[in-house]
Amino acid sequence: MPAGTLYRGREGMWSWVAHRVTGVLIFFFLFVHVLDTALVRVSPEAYDDVVATYKTPIVALLEYGLVAAILFHALNGLRVIAVDFWSKGPRYQKQMLWTVVGIWVVLMVGALYPVLGHAVREVFGS
Amino acid sequence: MATPTMDKVEADAAAASHLITVTFRIRRFNPEVSADATWEDFQLEIDPKERVLDGLHKIKWDLDGSLTFRRSCAHGICGSDAMRINGKNRLACKTLIKDINPAKPITVEPIKGLTVLKDLVVDMDPFFQAYRDVMPFLVTTGNEPTRERLQSAEDRERFDDTTKCILCAACTSSCPVFWNDGQYFGPAAIVNAHRFIFDSRDEAGEQRLEILNDKDGVWRCRTTFNCTDACPRGIEVTKAIQEVKRALITRRF
Repeated sequence: MPAGTLYRGREGMWSWVAHRVTGVLIFFFLFVHVLDTALVRVSPEAYDDVVATYKTPIVALLEYGLVAAILFHALNGLRVIAVDFWSKGPRYQKQMLWTVVGIWVVLMVGALYPVLGHAVREVFGS
Repeated sequence: MATPTMDKVEADAAAASHLITVTFRIRRFNPEVSADATWEDFQLEIDPKERVLDGLHKIKWDLDGSLTFRRSCAHGICGSDAMRINGKNRLACKTLIKDINPAKPITVEPIKGLTVLKDLVVDMDPFFQAYRDVMPFLVTTGNEPTRERLQSAEDRERFDDTTKCILCAACTSSCPVFWNDGQYFGPAAIVNAHRFIFDSRDEAGEQRLEILNDKDGVWRCRTTFNCTDACPRGIEVTKAIQEVKRALITRRF
């Protein structure tokens, strides 16, 4: 064990880490999204080909991950705004984080069918 | 005359029965020996109601005199012995062995983000420079009053929390932003600026806000709350930083 240990931060630190990670993931998605949308200007056929690959089950799974990242980033962003502008925000940051996680879980369950329904039918037959 | 001897043996047994064996896993660094820091384990018999600092004393006094760490008052007031115990910043003199799971090795490391000089001693100069930069003293204009400067209880209450700071650096060295960029003022400096910005008797609030309205000032805070969790004085550090941020936006303080 030559290296030092990881700092044992609590909810606040890990929510910040998750906020950073989801933020970077969303940035990469937007980067790809701009590229694939711009492709229609190059050739509509190439655009159709690329979008066709997006209907495969693997990409559906990635989309579910994208939903997860965006939902967390958005909800935790509201929490950060409350910490910034509400005078009692810092005191209730943990409760607000667990509220965020709760809403996130509910919305993720709700997104299961709309996002993954098609992929499930494709993999396991209709 | 055998009885007194028996008594002594029994007393020793009774005295030892409350002791437990604890492993201290300490991050050692000596630039004169090696450029790399290493872990070293020490086993000692200690009362679980004693503090981590007592364990370090036992090691230094009885096992290895070369172990280097700072401590002064040993009662949570001077702020000398902030260190990273089991991964979290705490004061060694306020952390009881029984409260940090003595069944496992207790890791003790120097605080992060400041240059380690030897073992658990870090270079505190950048930390105190940031503190000095926020002008942590009363600034007034006009003639000095012939009596004390009065203040209402409510005005005093406004900054009560941030008067508790002992400058131990547990907050600043728990901050991920500070680890990555030592130019950031850090929570402790902002806490001490807060203490004067919100003091009704002080007249340099605007000046201090301008100092902190910097790219390395309060805006670097990402509200990770590590500082609030680490503060051995229970100061709501993040709350104070947020109040300074809001004072900068509204210019009301």
